[in-house]
Amino acid sequence: MAESDLATKAHDGPVVAFEHVAKVYGDGEMAVRALDDVTFDIYPGEFVAVMGSSGSGKSTTMNILGCLDTPTHGRYLFKGVDVKTLTRDQRALLRRHYLGFVFQGFNLLSRTTALENLELPLIYRRISKADRRDMAMEALHAVGLENREHHTAAELSGGQQQRVAIARAMVTSPSLLLADEPTGNLDTARSQEIMELLARLNSEDGLTIVLVTHEEEMAAFAGRRLEFRDGNIVHESKSQAA
Amino acid sequence: MIGNILLLSMREIRRNVLRSILTTLGIVIGVAAVIVVVTLGAGTKAQVQTEISKLGSTMLTVFPGQRRMRGAAQSAPPFEIEDVHALRRETVMLSSVAPMSIQRQMVVFGNGNRRSQVVGTDREFVNVRNWDLAAGRLFSAAEEQTGKSVCIIGQTVKTELFKDEPYMGNVLRIGKASCEVIGLLEPKGQVMFSGDQDDVVVVPIKYFQRRIAGNTNVDQIYVSALDDSLVEAAQAEVEVIMRERRPSQPGAEDLFSVRGVQEMSTAFQSSTTVMTGFLSAIAAISLLVGGIGIMNIMLVSVTERTREIGIRMAIGAREKEVLLQFLVEAAMLAGFGGLVGIALGLGGAMALAPLLNVPFIIQPDMMVMAFIFSALVGVVFGYMPARSAARLDPIDALRHE
Repeated sequence: MAESDLATKAHDGPVVAFEHVAKVYGDGEMAVRALDDVTFDIYPGEFVAVMGSSGSGKSTTMNILGCLDTPTHGRYLFKGVDVKTLTRDQRALLRRHYLGFVFQGFNLLSRTTALENLELPLIYRRISKADRRDMAMEALHAVGLENREHHTAAELSGGQQQRVAIARAMVTSPSLLLADEPTGNLDTARSQEIMELLARLNSEDGLTIVLVTHEEEMAAFAGRRLEFRDGNIVHESKSQAA
Repeated sequence: MIGNILLLSMREIRRNVLRSILTTLGIVIGVAAVIVVVTLGAGTKAQVQTEISKLGSTMLTVFPGQRRMRGAAQSAPPFEIEDVHALRRETVMLSSVAPMSIQRQMVVFGNGNRRSQVVGTDREFVNVRNWDLAAGRLFSAAEEQTGKSVCIIGQTVKTELFKDEPYMGNVLRIGKASCEVIGLLEPKGQVMFSGDQDDVVVVPIKYFQRRIAGNTNVDQIYVSALDDSLVEAAQAEVEVIMRERRPSQPGAEDLFSVRGVQEMSTAFQSSTTVMTGFLSAIAAISLLVGGIGIMNIMLVSVTERTREIGIRMAIGAREKEVLLQFLVEAAMLAGFGGLVGIALGLGGAMALAPLLNVPFIIQPDMMVMAFIFSALVGVVFGYMPARSAARLDPIDALRHE
């Protein structure tokens, strides 16, 4: 599948769908069943919180959602495409065009300015230099850091770094933004700001977001929550907050 | 895509300026060494060529050679003036023949003195050596026959001893003898085998034998073939005559040897070839070490940047793009080192050339080759680290602390 094929595939259904997904690490007696039998859909414009304690399978879910990993059993459909049938490079292209990542540890490139960090996914998408700059500046503006474009990661506070990371994830207008404990390294006030930013991107720009967290207050920003325990979804609820 | 990869690699190198410079040091030194060696080598070669033409490519030198006496090598008896006459008489392929006896002697004029080369010869000297007079005249036949105390001086002797004073007609002291200056030679310049050729006083051979050497020897005989193409034939002719005049034991070596300028330069060239080979080996080793240095740093860099590689992969970098980025980084580092090395090498060669008395000749093709080769070193030694970066699992890489 060429890069352009991935880009033109139109799809009306859910952005992503888990169909009886199981993930087993290792084999024989050493086998660990990280995901047992998980089924759910996420539709465009949703803000979903994936909750659970460590070992509940939420990280594995995140990796599969991010096309970094593939299910052992069952199917994971991204815009109707079974990700397991894709090669490593095709999955990289899928991430490049449709996915945005925000991590707990920010994961900005060190000694690199905010602007250059934002340009990175655009460079991989081969956006022209002029457009790249405009798009990056626009994304920085959206996260309220329009004056910080020439600051390196070390010159930004944690909250600001995470804003840059969010800007980097959304600068390509992804179909799905995956946020893995984005407030885990931030204090309460900063966490609140980041969550408000995500909620705003969801409600105003219609950005589809999956948030992995174990904190009740953060999950409260999401419109829907999936609670994991021992590799299964044990509770699913819609919140009125969204 | 390659444009983007170049951009990414550039940014990466810029992020670590100091380390990048240190990484390339090995390549810089290697390339600089190559450029110095090649540039000076080319200068030396050109120098030798000029000297051959200065000496005259048709010139042959006849030496007395060696003989074995009870196993020990000894000089064969010296030539006499009759040998010169015989060569003049009996050959047809020679344009000129000149005796040549040489000694370093103290030469004095006024308050000045210097040790110069004193050459005993005759009029033919200027023809054999292809050397014209700048002023004055040659020895007359009568002066040669009687060994009159007259001399022709080189440019260095003139400037060092006579300075601004008139030299013509003045008396120059050579050791215990003295002579009247009757001529001045054209400047000839430096020659690699015998230093400053202009530091010379030329006297009639008979005067030299009587007043300076105190014998009747002729150290060497210079002969000149009629034409470039006749040098070998002329040499054969000389050998036939000399063999007749200086018979050796049957089966033994000749009691003389004939050498062309070409042979002398070949001998010289082969010694420089050995030197060039030796230095090239050092250069190759330092390039190898430089390459290993780059590989080492790239491996460290991959480990250090594991998390960054994970981020790139999460953002959508393909295996190929990660591989290319690291390869391009290594190649750029090495290529940059190559450029610096070329500049340094040229500077070094430019500084050394006058010290070694050779012309400074830029070799553009060698510079291009040195650059390509150093970039290639980067690619070759960067491949292994680049591949290990590209094969990382994004999940593990992202989790890497």
